[in-house]
Amino acid sequence: MDFGLSEEQELLQETIRGFAQNECPTTRLRELFDAGFGYDPALWTAFAEMGVAGLIAAEEFGGAGLELLDLALVAEILGETALPVPFLGHSLAVLGVSLLGSEAQRSSILPALAGGEQIATVALQEGDLGWAPRDWTVKADGDRISGVKTIVTHAKLADRILVGLQGGRLAWVDAKADGVEIETVDGVDRTRPFATVTFSGAPAEILHAGAGSSEQLTNAAAVLLAADAFGAASKLIDLDVAYSQSREQFGQPIGQFQAIKHTIARIGTELEPTRGLWWYAAYALDHLPEQASRAASIAKAHISERAMSVARESVELHGGYGFTWECEVQIWFKRIMFDRCFLGTPDQHRERCAELAGW
Amino acid sequence: MNLEYALEHETFRDSVRIFLEGWPLEGADADRSLEARETIFRKRAIEAGLVYRSVPTRYGGSEQPYDAIKDQIIREEFYRAGAPGDLTSQGAALLVPTLLEFGTEAQRERYIRPALTGDENWCQGYSEPGSGSDLASLQCQGRLDGDEWVLNGQKIWTSGAQRAQMMFGLFRTEPDAKKHAGISYLLVPMDAPGIEVRPLRELSGGYEFNEVFFTDVRIPAENIVGVRGQGWQVSRATLVHERNLIGNPFMMREAFDDLVELARSRKRGGRPAIEDPGIRQQLAKIEGYVRTSETSNLLQFTAANRGEMHKAMRPMMMNKVFSTDTTQRIMKCAFDLLGGDGVLAPLEEELGTWRRSTTPTGWVTQYMFSMGPAIAGGATNIQLNIIGERGYGLPRDLLKTS
Repeated sequence: MDFGLSEEQELLQETIRGFAQNECPTTRLRELFDAGFGYDPALWTAFAEMGVAGLIAAEEFGGAGLELLDLALVAEILGETALPVPFLGHSLAVLGVSLLGSEAQRSSILPALAGGEQIATVALQEGDLGWAPRDWTVKADGDRISGVKTIVTHAKLADRILVGLQGGRLAWVDAKADGVEIETVDGVDRTRPFATVTFSGAPAEILHAGAGSSEQLTNAAAVLLAADAFGAASKLIDLDVAYSQSREQFGQPIGQFQAIKHTIARIGTELEPTRGLWWYAAYALDHLPEQASRAASIAKAHISERAMSVARESVELHGGYGFTWECEVQIWFKRIMFDRCFLGTPDQHRERCAELAGW
Repeated sequence: MNLEYALEHETFRDSVRIFLEGWPLEGADADRSLEARETIFRKRAIEAGLVYRSVPTRYGGSEQPYDAIKDQIIREEFYRAGAPGDLTSQGAALLVPTLLEFGTEAQRERYIRPALTGDENWCQGYSEPGSGSDLASLQCQGRLDGDEWVLNGQKIWTSGAQRAQMMFGLFRTEPDAKKHAGISYLLVPMDAPGIEVRPLRELSGGYEFNEVFFTDVRIPAENIVGVRGQGWQVSRATLVHERNLIGNPFMMREAFDDLVELARSRKRGGRPAIEDPGIRQQLAKIEGYVRTSETSNLLQFTAANRGEMHKAMRPMMMNKVFSTDTTQRIMKCAFDLLGGDGVLAPLEEELGTWRRSTTPTGWVTQYMFSMGPAIAGGATNIQLNIIGERGYGLPRDLLKTS
């Protein structure tokens, strides 16, 4: 019984944090954010060279063979640093292929993803509310698929797209193929640009014969988004503390006023103890399958909502400056908006918790 | 990370479960009073090495090597069986660790054993009418006169004073010293002449806490714990004892499970309330907090087990506010579910006990009681100061210095 991280896991987090601070400091992040595209190919290449692109792919396919907890630990640091890389979609694509691909499919697809030579993403969400496998309506007719997917992250950059189909199956699609139309949508979180993707008889390879289910994929997505939101909200509290120590009014740092001090203590108390909530959910994905769905939904609903409330308080704590584009709070505010809304809102995940509990 | 227990600990859990088959008591003992049954069982549990593990055997504990995982297994299994474990009374939980750290050999021999068995009840004499959150401003006086302390003044919010044989309290013994340096930690027999206990009626209607008045009360000079003038440090030391800081999520889980049952049994629009989308949302939202507490507990006792408590200091600091708030969320939801039954006054027998009751009046009682923890043992507003200042390094409040 040991509910803590290993030295390797702590080192992994330190490595990612150090990489983000060196390769994409806030000034560079601002440039990418203001450019509106939020992507730097060199950044992803360097990121993938650390072995992070194939973190959970099996070693036989060129991956590191690590667990979903390790992936979530990376997601936390990406939330904390708002690193604009296509990590989320790419990692979920690796997971989906690993779960549902046949032996032949895994060995043909995964090595290029694990090495970072190809970028992949996932097309799971439909409309504004359809996120779960049972909501998916994209149809397969032989090896052609048709339908519309929303919020496909980094779709413009992706070489391949993993698509959720009616009945919970998954299809592997070349993003540049005929019948794949990618329409960029302007999103709030410019660190993770996305598109609406329309498939019109697009050629696809249906994944089959794997041991896993697409429910495991959406559970993993929920946990990664929760970890990202936790990291982003932790960053905001750091910014709040620093600002309230340096900003002075009435001749003293505003952090000395209980109105400010108690607000920070409150949002800290809402956030800090939830670390174990997403750790547990991530661990459950690999080790406690009977608990995994519920743990993932509780983590996504609870943490993304707590993080959103941290973000709102953080804007207010920064006063007028907090409401500006210039103030860096906005970057993490929007990162958390994305984490909250993508692939199931808190309400939807809570209703799922209720169903799974037999209420 | 590995949530499976090692074989050693699985075996240990099995042995605890086998031991717990002895609760509830059977045979002739089953007819005794609950208190007597608990005393009998607790004695067996001490002999089995499961209760009072950090207390040496010569004082009545079971003196086991520290093992955070075994402690957790014992908490889980005793909770599951509803069996009496370590007493959480003021005497067992607060006085005993203090005496183990600062007491003389004679004090330990005299006081620890009866505090652990509950044969001697203790109350805590800290707060005064003018000294609540600013406890160190306390004025209750202790003057050394020959080989006796002479006590004068008043304590307030003294829970259980009407049942206590003894009080451990803070008294100002060095009136010329600085605020924190003038206090001593004294042990006071409650039957000493000059002590008067007056009950205070609580918001809920019960009588648990009291005012205690001291008029020329004389106690032996040796009834001091630690050094004269260092009572503040003596009283703080046990509060920051790391093991005591690990949160306990069981009460919350129990209350939450009761809440789900309440939602099943109450009606909304002719249907079970638990089918109401709004109630389902509320329940799942509250469960987010309960699961947070449970997983944070796992994280904290792992840190304790690894000897890395410093890594979990912030969540530990937050335990009290977090559990207070979460329990209040549970009670507010229950109050909603009660509908018009929320106007019912608590029954007499529900007021005298902290044991949960899930009748409508029992829920009303719990709803009112849930205000208590936000005030007792360090009010939430003071906890938030501590979290802000020690947890996040924000500047301390400006204090008016006298």
